[in-house]
Amino acid sequence: MSTSLASRLHRPTLTIGLALIGLALITWRDASNMNIRANYGMGADAASYFIAVFLAALGIGHLLAALRWASEPGESDWKAVIWVSLGLVSLIAALWFQLGFVPGSTLLFAFTARAFGRRALVVDLVLGFVLATGIFLLFNKLLTLALPMGPFEHLF
Amino acid sequence: MDSLIHLMHGFGTALDPMNLAFAAIGVLLGTAVGVLPGIGPALTVALLLPITFKLDPGGSLIMFAGIYYGGMYGGSTTAILLNTPGESASVVTALEGNQMARRGRGGPALATAAIGSFVAALIATAGLAFFAPILVKVAVKFGPWDYFGLMLIAFVTVSATFGSSPLRGLTSLGIGLWLGLIGIDQLSGQTRLSFGVPNLLDGIEVTTLAVGLFALGEALFVASRHLFNDEKPMAIKGSIWMSREDWKRSWKPWLRGTLVGFPIGALPAGGAEIPTFLSYTMERKLSTKPEEFGQGAIEGVAGPEAANNASAAGTLVPLLTLGLPTSATAAVMLAGFQQYNLQPGPLLFVQHPALVWGLVASLFIANVMLLVLNLPLVGLWVRLLKIPLPWLYAGILVFACMGTIAANPSVVELMMLVGFGFLGFLMRRYDYPIAPVVVGLILGPLADSQLRRALQMSLGDPMILLQHPGSASMIAIATLALIAPFLFKGLARFRQDED
Repeated sequence: MSTSLASRLHRPTLTIGLALIGLALITWRDASNMNIRANYGMGADAASYFIAVFLAALGIGHLLAALRWASEPGESDWKAVIWVSLGLVSLIAALWFQLGFVPGSTLLFAFTARAFGRRALVVDLVLGFVLATGIFLLFNKLLTLALPMGPFEHLF
Repeated sequence: MDSLIHLMHGFGTALDPMNLAFAAIGVLLGTAVGVLPGIGPALTVALLLPITFKLDPGGSLIMFAGIYYGGMYGGSTTAILLNTPGESASVVTALEGNQMARRGRGGPALATAAIGSFVAALIATAGLAFFAPILVKVAVKFGPWDYFGLMLIAFVTVSATFGSSPLRGLTSLGIGLWLGLIGIDQLSGQTRLSFGVPNLLDGIEVTTLAVGLFALGEALFVASRHLFNDEKPMAIKGSIWMSREDWKRSWKPWLRGTLVGFPIGALPAGGAEIPTFLSYTMERKLSTKPEEFGQGAIEGVAGPEAANNASAAGTLVPLLTLGLPTSATAAVMLAGFQQYNLQPGPLLFVQHPALVWGLVASLFIANVMLLVLNLPLVGLWVRLLKIPLPWLYAGILVFACMGTIAANPSVVELMMLVGFGFLGFLMRRYDYPIAPVVVGLILGPLADSQLRRALQMSLGDPMILLQHPGSASMIAIATLALIAPFLFKGLARFRQDED
C-alpha cells in the first residue's frame, strides 16, 4: 500500500499554510513597490518585509504540521451557514442598491433566525421589521447617527 | 498622596448627576448584553460602542466603565445559570456555579459571584489608583526602544497564552499584524497594502475587526454546530442570600482570588483565564471539603470570580498608563479611547487628569451600582436568558451590523465586517485564538513606529535596542517567553518517550 504524500497530509493545515505563504508573497511584492525612502533607519517597507517573512515562516510551520496528525474539526451544518450568509448578503445588497437599513436588517434578522432552526419566516420578518425600525428611530432620531436611508426610511 | 487628591477630584467629576446617570445606564446595558449567552465583555463593549459616539468623552468613558464591569458580571450570571460561559474566563465559574444551580443553590452562587466581584474590583481598582501614578512616573522616562520592548512582550504573551498551540497563536498574531500594515503609514505617508481601495487608506477599524471576529464569527460558528438547542436556564430556587456558612467559606477565596488576579492582569501576561484557573486549583487544594469540588463548592465560584474581576481591573493598569492592551476587552476599550483621539499612556495622565481620574472614580461607582442594582434585578436577567436563541442571534447580528455602518456609513465597511465574520468563523472552526488578531492590529502599527523612532534617534543603529538596559531586558523576556513553550513541548515529548 503506497499512499501518496498529498493524501497523507492534513488538508486544512496544508491549505492554511499555502494561504499564509501566498499572503507573504503579496506583502513582499507590495513592499518592493514602495517608493518613499526613509532618511535614517528603516522605512515603511521594513515592517512589510518583516511581516512577509514572519507569515512565510508560519506558513512553512503549517506545512510541517500538516505532516503530523491533526484533529479534525467537528461536523458543520453548512445549510445554517448559508442562511446566515444569505442574511448578511441581503443587508449588503440593500445598502448597495440604496434600499435602506430597515429592509436589509429585516431580511438579515429573518434569515439568521431561520439558520438557527426557526421555520416561521413571516413571523420573523415582522419581528425583524419592528426591531430594525425601532433601532433606526432610536439611532437616527435620538442619537443622531446616520444610518443608511432608503425609500422607507425617508417616510420619517 | 497625590493619587488620593486626584481621586477625590475624580469623584467630584463622577458624582455629577449626569455622569452618575451615564454610569447607571452603562451598568444596566453592560449587564443586559453581557448576560446574553455567547457574548463576553469584549463583545459587549464593542457592540455598545456606537451608542457612545455622540456623547462627550468624559460621559462616554464613564458609561464605558459601567459597561465593562456590567459585562463581566453578566457573563458570570450566564455561566452559573446556563452553563454556557460567554468567555474563557468564566469557564471555571461555570464548573462549580452551574453545579450549585443544579442543586438549587443558584441564589447563593450568584450572590457569592456578585459580592466576590465587588470585593475584588474594589481592591483592584484601589490598586489601579495606587499603582498607575507610580507606573506613569516610570513610563514618562520610557524611550521608544522601551515601548518597542514592551510591545514585543505583549505580542508574545498574548499569542502564546491564548489558544491550543504556539503556532496557532502566532498565526493569529501574524494575521493581526498583517491587517495592521494596511493603510497610509503615519510616519512617511507611504501607502501599504491598500490594493487601490480608498476605504483601506485609513486602515482597518479595530471595532469592525472585533465585532466581525467576535459577533459574526461566533454566530456563524454556533449556527454551524447546532449549539443552540439544548440548555435551559436554571430556575433560582429558594433564597438568593448567602447563609452564615456561605459567608465563612467565601471571604477568604475572594481575597485570595483578588491577590492572584490583580498582578497577573496588571503584568502583560495575557488574559484572565490563567488567574481563574490558578484560583480554582488553589481553592481546591486549600478547601476543608475537597470532595465537594465538582459537585458545587462555593469556594470554586467565589475565588475564580474574584480573580476574574481583579485581573480585569488589573489590565486597566497597562492600558491606561502605557497604552498597552493585554486582552481583547482592553483592545476594544482602547478603540473606545481612540474614537475621541485620546491616546492612553503617561501623557493622558498629564494632559487629561480630570478624565482619567473621573474614569477611575467611576469604576468604583459602577462597582457599587452593580452590587446594589444587580442582585435584586437578577430575576430580570434570568428572563433575558429565556429569549429564544434564533431571535437572540438574529438580533445580535442586526445590532452588530448597525453599529458598524453607523460608525462608518459605507458598503465597503460592511463587506469588511462580513469578511472578518467569516475569518472568525474559520478560526473558531480550526481552533485558532481570536484575541491575538485584535491585539496585533492595534499594537502592530504602534510597535512599527516606536521602532522607527528609536532607529531615527540612533541614526539607524539597531544596537540601540540592546544598549538601553530597559529595552534589552524586555526583549530578552519576550524572546524567552517565545522559545519556552517550544522547549517545554520538546521536554514533554522527551519525557513521554522515556516512559
